[in-house]
Amino acid sequence: MGGIDPVVLIASLMVASTPILLAAIGELVVEKAGVLNLGVEGMMILGAICGFATAVETGSPALGFVAAAIAGAAFSMIFGLLTQYLLSNQVATGLALTLFGLGLSALIGQGYVGIKAPNTPRLDLPVLSDLPIVGPILFSHDAMLYVSLLIVAGVWLFLSRTRGGLILRAVGESHDAAHALGYKVIRIRLMAIAFGGACAGLGGAYLSLVRVPQWTEGMTAGAGWIALAIVVFASWRPWYALIGAYLFGGIVVLELNLQAAGVKVPVDLLAASPYLVTILVLVLMSRSKSRAALNAPADLGRSFHATA
Amino acid sequence: MIRLEKRPNPSRLWTALTPVLAVLLTMIAGGILFAILGKDPFEAIRTIFWDPLFNEQFAAFSRPQLLVKAGPLILIAIGLSLGFRAGIWNIGAEGQYILGAVCGAAVGLAFYPSESPFIFPLMVIAGALGGWAWAMIPAVLKIKFGTNEILVSLMLVYVAEKLLASMALGALRNPEGGGFPGSRNLSQHPGTDNPELIAGTGLHWGVATAFIAVILAYILLNRHILGYQIKLAGQAPRAARFAGVNPNLLIAICLGLSGALAGLAGLFEVSGPAGQISIDFNSGYGFTAIIVAFLGRLHPVGILLAGLLMALTYIGGELAQFMLGLPAAAIQAFQGMLLFFLLGLDVLSNYRIRLTGFAAKGAS
Repeated sequence: MGGIDPVVLIASLMVASTPILLAAIGELVVEKAGVLNLGVEGMMILGAICGFATAVETGSPALGFVAAAIAGAAFSMIFGLLTQYLLSNQVATGLALTLFGLGLSALIGQGYVGIKAPNTPRLDLPVLSDLPIVGPILFSHDAMLYVSLLIVAGVWLFLSRTRGGLILRAVGESHDAAHALGYKVIRIRLMAIAFGGACAGLGGAYLSLVRVPQWTEGMTAGAGWIALAIVVFASWRPWYALIGAYLFGGIVVLELNLQAAGVKVPVDLLAASPYLVTILVLVLMSRSKSRAALNAPADLGRSFHATA
Repeated sequence: MIRLEKRPNPSRLWTALTPVLAVLLTMIAGGILFAILGKDPFEAIRTIFWDPLFNEQFAAFSRPQLLVKAGPLILIAIGLSLGFRAGIWNIGAEGQYILGAVCGAAVGLAFYPSESPFIFPLMVIAGALGGWAWAMIPAVLKIKFGTNEILVSLMLVYVAEKLLASMALGALRNPEGGGFPGSRNLSQHPGTDNPELIAGTGLHWGVATAFIAVILAYILLNRHILGYQIKLAGQAPRAARFAGVNPNLLIAICLGLSGALAGLAGLFEVSGPAGQISIDFNSGYGFTAIIVAFLGRLHPVGILLAGLLMALTYIGGELAQFMLGLPAAAIQAFQGMLLFFLLGLDVLSNYRIRLTGFAAKGAS
């Protein structure tokens, strides 16, 4: 175990967590608005390839991230259109989004296999980045990682401290009551879905541009689903989503380090551990029913159809 | 203005018509997609939907493939449809399919080199049990702790894939395989093989089982109290509880049954068309079966037809890959599109479209 450096471990767990964190915080807003979008995996992988392709073609990772956010949001609008206007089943439509996204991304990504992404620059502040321990953990990441933390803070601020956030939560708790008060339920939900799609797209692009950084088919490997689990773990609270994602990233990084260190645990068991841990966490969270149930939006996953 | 008016009951006409419309719309949208990829859209559509069945050159090879591909899709989709009707979402059929194959193959390999006729039935039982056990994990967790079965069953797909890799490289590896990953070949060994029952048709035990499953599911849903309870639980969960339906039992039955059928599909695949346990044994049948279940309107006969159609897109897709250089991913996207159109068009069966002008405004 001597080969594992805790400072490097923490720094790399932040990088490993960011894709899931981004996707989870987006989905959290969507679910707070009362919509269950199971298409996170599909939006993520589409963001991954669109961001990667744009970055390769233009040479600019920043443009790549912008493109990924746009692609994710645009893709989520298929889901929005179907569930909000055509009142389709949200579970089935979300699944369709994932299946379609996996196929479409593979199609777009054909010419991009095996290419290296342009390098995303890391923060390099004089003095601060060179500090021992604090430097590598806090001050030497890429800009997107800090953006992800800003998004979490922004979502927390929006949901708990602004009028807009109150309206969004009202729509999620009781769309009929919100509708009766004169709020545009469908429009608000569509905006939430688009935000969720943009965040998932960013998460995917972080995977293909920073974390890996390469494009391979199906590279999200369940990250979108894990993000969904993180939302449940967080009981729909933004800062808990951050904790959940970082805990999860810690497990992934630890697993990779253990593999590299040659610990005598079967490799396949280690490789399966992120998924097993996710299941374990879900079980633990659903056991304490009262707490999670209180925070779950009451109208989550139900279609809204104004009768009058 | 367009206004939607909820129908008291889903329209039977539209319920039957929407899959056909969805297929047509997918052909159009797919044609556009293929055109963007620089292929002749008409030729691509013909290659996918017509040539596998009627082209003189390919039909002899393609036609039997239709049943080979449709068998597992139908078998898995039938199981899934029961749960979907009851609002129980098993989307981890891919994992249960893998476990069925691994368990069944393990039994077959344990008896190697025996050629006893009792081995294959034992493998079938092991396969069904393997899939059942894997699906019971989300079922038990949901019953005991209220854990979301969608996420758990899906996470278990990834765990199953790791397990498959470990089996292909370790416990089940062919000792005479020169160190290459993959098990002994089951389909070329008498006693463990799942042969073509009628030459030239592609009909093997798995396809026969799928047909039987269609018939049994039809009887279950239309003539049995359990089928009624499944439908009731999906349409009116509260009413179902008052009617004495035990929701936990329903979860266990629906997940367990769909797992067992997916496990069977895996077993028949590994002992027949696939032949052996290998790292890339699973090919997404478990996920495509979700599309099949919806395309078939969660109805057994519909699923039978949808399974055949989806099998056709698989074979046609391979043919188009070979003939026109159409990428494999295009077919995957094409199948996803089909599900979108179907879900979108569903609005027609559940709602009436009313065109309301200004005159009608005062009335409402």
